[in-house]
Amino acid sequence: MTASSPSTLRRWLPWVLIVAAGLILPVLLPPFRLNLLGRFLSLGIVALGIDLIWGFTGMLSLGQGIFFALGGYAIGMFLTLDNLEPGKLPEFFDLYGVKELPGFWQPFSSPVFTFFAIWVIPAVVAGLLGFLVFRNRIKGVYFSILTQAALLVFFNFFNGQQKLINGTNGLKTSTAQIFGELVGSDLMQRYIFMITVVLTVAAWFLCRWLTTGRFGDALIAIRDDEPRMRFTGYNPTTYKTLVFAVAGGLAGISGALYTVQSGIISPQFMAVPFSIEMVIWVAVGGRGTLIGAVLGAVVINYAKSLVSEQLPETWLFIQGGLFLLVVTALPDGLVGWWRLGGVAKLQAMVGWPPRSPTYPALDLDPALRSEAGSIDSSAELEPIRPPGAQP
Amino acid sequence: MDLLYETLFNGLAIGSVLVLAALGLAVVFGLMGVINMAHGELMMLGAYTTYVVQNLCKEGPLEALFPIYILVAIPLAFLVSGLAGLLLEKTVIRRLYGRPLETLLATWGVSLILQQFVRSVSSAFMVGLVLAVAIGLLLPRFTPRRWWEQRWTPIIGVSSWLVAGLVGILAASALGTNRSMDQPWFSARNLDVSAPDWLQGAVDVGGVTMPTARLFIIALSLVALLAVNWFLQKSVWGIRIRAVTQNRSMSDCLGIPTQTVDALTFLVGSGLAGVAGVAVTLLGSVGPNLGGNYIVDCFMVVVLGGVGKLLGTVVAALSIGVLSYVIGSGSLLLVWPTMPAGMNEVITFFATTSMAKVLVFILIVVFLQFKPAGLFPPKGRMVEA
Repeated sequence: MTASSPSTLRRWLPWVLIVAAGLILPVLLPPFRLNLLGRFLSLGIVALGIDLIWGFTGMLSLGQGIFFALGGYAIGMFLTLDNLEPGKLPEFFDLYGVKELPGFWQPFSSPVFTFFAIWVIPAVVAGLLGFLVFRNRIKGVYFSILTQAALLVFFNFFNGQQKLINGTNGLKTSTAQIFGELVGSDLMQRYIFMITVVLTVAAWFLCRWLTTGRFGDALIAIRDDEPRMRFTGYNPTTYKTLVFAVAGGLAGISGALYTVQSGIISPQFMAVPFSIEMVIWVAVGGRGTLIGAVLGAVVINYAKSLVSEQLPETWLFIQGGLFLLVVTALPDGLVGWWRLGGVAKLQAMVGWPPRSPTYPALDLDPALRSEAGSIDSSAELEPIRPPGAQP
Repeated sequence: MDLLYETLFNGLAIGSVLVLAALGLAVVFGLMGVINMAHGELMMLGAYTTYVVQNLCKEGPLEALFPIYILVAIPLAFLVSGLAGLLLEKTVIRRLYGRPLETLLATWGVSLILQQFVRSVSSAFMVGLVLAVAIGLLLPRFTPRRWWEQRWTPIIGVSSWLVAGLVGILAASALGTNRSMDQPWFSARNLDVSAPDWLQGAVDVGGVTMPTARLFIIALSLVALLAVNWFLQKSVWGIRIRAVTQNRSMSDCLGIPTQTVDALTFLVGSGLAGVAGVAVTLLGSVGPNLGGNYIVDCFMVVVLGGVGKLLGTVVAALSIGVLSYVIGSGSLLLVWPTMPAGMNEVITFFATTSMAKVLVFILIVVFLQFKPAGLFPPKGRMVEA
């Protein structure tokens, strides 16, 4: 196969475009827009996780914000500690009269620990929470509202604990320095954008690897018929716990990337509406399609930022309408609609149906033609009449 | 000791609101397997109805009704929320039958719309909305019939609604230039409903002060509970509802109109949310976010109580309400000053309203490890494999 053949081109073109976008966009876009795009791409990673558990495994989690914020807090704590003179405490601790650094803060002064904490801690929390729920075969709507309650509980905890984690105010990261450069500076943001692109692609590959092959088949089996899967001798609990932990880890990475780009991590990341919004990104993009999850996250968030700039009070109407629309009219999302021939259906509706492929070789084959002829002639045999009918 | 009783009483009042709020949710969930995320917003509609009734009764010809306006508000709130729920069932939930997770998302969308609706509704907005809906519904009547029988009819349908929406928006913004029309009815502020005089005092029973408003809430939820119980056990439609809850396809075969049963149940469940909204106005102010404060607690009641039995809902709601109030108010420490030091520290840590919820959730998750299907799990063949 030569390098210019269409199938090779088709295979490589997306990657060429992604690499080009990752290199060119940071130069081309103004810093503000670049920062927005980077944030939305990092939200695409959490959407990939939701796609894994909802689109492929059929478990609707309304609590991914927990893991998202845990990842964010991990990097937030590291950046807070990293910028301190030795022996000093973060400023806000003075306000609440805390004299000693709480124990769980200690390990976050190490970059290596933080690097792992960003994704391991959310994954472990998700795995634990998931195991306790899945073990008892709690599923469907019950699972959804339990995750939502868990989210509210984490929100209450982080919001109420001023003395441990600065409560409502959260941790500011944009003014922290790393490698001698402000995290909020344009140059740093450009590098973070590139890291985000790389990690989004990596997360996509991870999800693709998980959803193709045996593991992916098991996930889809759980979605389609869990009791049958259990009767066949598999243990759904293991698969569900694993995939929920993976989604949690992805959410953590996403949260960390989002935090360094938005400049703050606060309990608001665990607010109930935000986590449900994540689900709608996946729904709009197309659940069960990995690229749809990323696309949905980017598109919806861009639309949100545009609408919120112009007409803030209409956004909730639009968002609510989107929930209704995508669930009733577009259950497969945009990508699913595209793949299932939505465009062709639309064309057929206005009167230009696309040509369906034909097989001229078959029409000319004499053996097939005689066969078709015998079928036609057999149709002309005496038709079966209902008893009692006049011949 | 009096303090203990007082705390328990207040917890009971909070629990009663939960009973009212979760009752409708649990009945609907038992019947259709659908969790209505807009349930809190239906409560909010009930609360706003109370506010409107109060304002109508404050002056003018209805002034004589002011002392009992809250009694007038109860059936009205039931009606408003019930009809809103009926509309929701007919337009959205019915289309999503058998897809509970999608219903969850759709009703969440409805709750967002309702929240923003009460924030931004004004006379101009309302005129625009009514105009848009009227055009959208009437357009098929006044256009050639054969337009609506073509293969491109879906496109016509979508564009007719787009046109209707555009006309509505234009009308609303044209009217919005008029200042009095643009005035929002409720705005995003929190509004206060002042209880009538007879609900503002307190009754003193053997040294325990019981605010009358809270007594009223407890009585209200008791009455509602008895009414719902009577309705489900004795009335014809109640028996049909129970039949469909137990076995939908069998009931269908025996000639029970399951769709009507669904709609009716949804109406009653939503109406109960409205009544809960009336009760909530006695505890705090009325705002667009009112529903969100209660909804997760209601979900916990449904999870803890299991489906199919009213008793489960009542026990779950009361225990969650009492427990979170007793822990959250911190009065456990005052009642029992001699408790062991370790326990003392734990209780102090959780002694705020939000932290009490943390503890209650942990307890619920622990409880579910032993009884995954709730307090009163359904038995027999209807249990899913």
